[in-house]
Amino acid sequence: MCRIINHPIVEREERKNVTIYVDGKKLEAKEGEMIAAALLANNIHTFRYTKKQREPRGIFCGIGQCNDCVMIVDGVPNTRTCVTPVRDGMVITTQKGLGKIGDHNAL
Amino acid sequence: MLYDVLIVGGGPAGLGAAINAAKAGASVLLLDENHLLGGQLFKQIHKFFGSQDHYAGWRGIDIGQKLLREAAEAGVKIKLNSRVVGCLEDGLISVYEEQTGKLIGYKSKKVILAVGAKENAVSFPGWTLPGVMTAGAAQTFANVHGVLPGKKILVIGSGNVGLIVSYQLTQAGADIVAIVDALPGISGYGVHASKVSRLGIPFYLKHTISRASGEDRVQSAEIVQIDKSFDPIPGTEKQFKVDTVLLAVGLSPKVELATMLGCDFHYEPRLGGHTILHDKNMETSVKGVYVCGDLAGVEEASTALEEGRLAGVAAAESLGYLEPSQALRLKKDIWKNLNELRKGTFGEARRDAKEHLLTMLKEVGSGRVV
Ligand SMILES: Cc1cc2nc3c(=O)[nH]c(=O)nc-3n(C[C@H](O)[C@H](O)[C@H](O)COP(=O)(O)OP(=O)(O)OC[C@H]3O[C@@H](n4cnc5c(N)ncnc54)[C@H](O)[C@@H]3O)c2cc1C
Ligand code: FES
Repeated sequence: MCRIINHPIVEREERKNVTIYVDGKKLEAKEGEMIAAALLANNIHTFRYTKKQREPRGIFCGIGQCNDCVMIVDGVPNTRTCVTPVRDGMVITTQKGLGKIGDHNAL
Repeated sequence: MLYDVLIVGGGPAGLGAAINAAKAGASVLLLDENHLLGGQLFKQIHKFFGSQDHYAGWRGIDIGQKLLREAAEAGVKIKLNSRVVGCLEDGLISVYEEQTGKLIGYKSKKVILAVGAKENAVSFPGWTLPGVMTAGAAQTFANVHGVLPGKKILVIGSGNVGLIVSYQLTQAGADIVAIVDALPGISGYGVHASKVSRLGIPFYLKHTISRASGEDRVQSAEIVQIDKSFDPIPGTEKQFKVDTVLLAVGLSPKVELATMLGCDFHYEPRLGGHTILHDKNMETSVKGVYVCGDLAGVEEASTALEEGRLAGVAAAESLGYLEPSQALRLKKDIWKNLNELRKGTFGEARRDAKEHLLTMLKEVGSGRVV
């Protein structure tokens, strides 16, 4: 777990837990947090594989500018996970290549 | 509705502009692509220094909260999740609304661009591996989202962002194994450098990263010493067991929208590269279009805020909301603050660069007219 507990400066309100499904696995996330934050907190660092070389990619800029962190979210490929908040019951899939609309292999 | 002033970007520069233009009586629309305002401010949890009446001792996050309150009180109309994707020749600003998926055109009498800067990258074998990211990304995850992107971290770049982020990640519980810089000296402020040194973080100067390795994530990184011409010296390689490599190798102004509008620019390495030219009122070569903050040359949050205020006052004045004498009083105060903030070795270099830019602008309106 790499959630920061007891930060010396930043106080954070307690947030409700929600459930997300990542590649079929049930995981816990905090309400309203970015998908990428939830994944890092669950020790997931590879978000997609590139089309030709099948190389792994994860977060890079963290603020929605580079598109490195895209995944298939509720069937929508190329969703920037660093700027998209989680929703209870959200289905997230590691994207392989360019992704297809409607890709779902969770649950 | 035709707004008096449309502002793109709600970081310290855009907020400063919005507050000052709205306070003077102008109708203001502030657009930001993010779901929150504040730009980079909410990741800045360190105390600012500078003059007393200039938020010295305040943390970026608290300044951000105060600006949000002031903007609401001044009646600024705010639209979030709204990304400006184009600035057309006739002054039409096209905005992509994330939530509706619609493209909307806005027109206004004045446009203030405050879109900030982007982080630079360096490439090396393995730089695309998960775990290699910008320092700003790590700062965002740790300070805004409350999640550490890694536990053992190598930082490339000893400028202020590299130093501040190293300190903040240590506060958050990470282990910074080293800070690497190609130059022979530390690039950031002495204050930040000594805070980091006191934590016992070693610096490797005249070194660069030569590779990051790992399967699906960084597991190790290699650095190497470089000679005067920046070529690696064989046999000087050092290995680190790390899970994260942060790139803190500078920022560049996001000039795309301004250049679409036809604003003249100039290459000024002391301010981050291609920088939009402007006059003392922050107005560009295109009449009615203003720039401020990192877009007008990468500096700091405090200078961005002051430049934003200046643009807001100037835009309100040119619309007749402020008497020239009233506006001049406000502007004099801001110019004084900016001079205060541009002191010391680093500050003076920025001030010289800024003054050089002023001389480069032929005249406002020398470019295309919107
Ligand atoms: C990652 C990062 C970390 C930094 N850390 C520090 C630090 O710790 N201390 C320090 O003093 N300085 C830091 N800086 C330097 C920076 O100069 C200032 O802190 C300051 O935030 C700059 O203010 P700004 O308003 O010009 O830009 P920003 O704060 O970057 O704000 C720009 C805003 O514009 C929005 N935007 C951009 N493009 C569009 C578009 N097309 N449509 C709509 N909205 C758009 C963005 O969402 C953002 O909210 C950092 C910069 C970066 C990039
Ligand atoms: S990490 Fe760059 S867009 Fe998400």
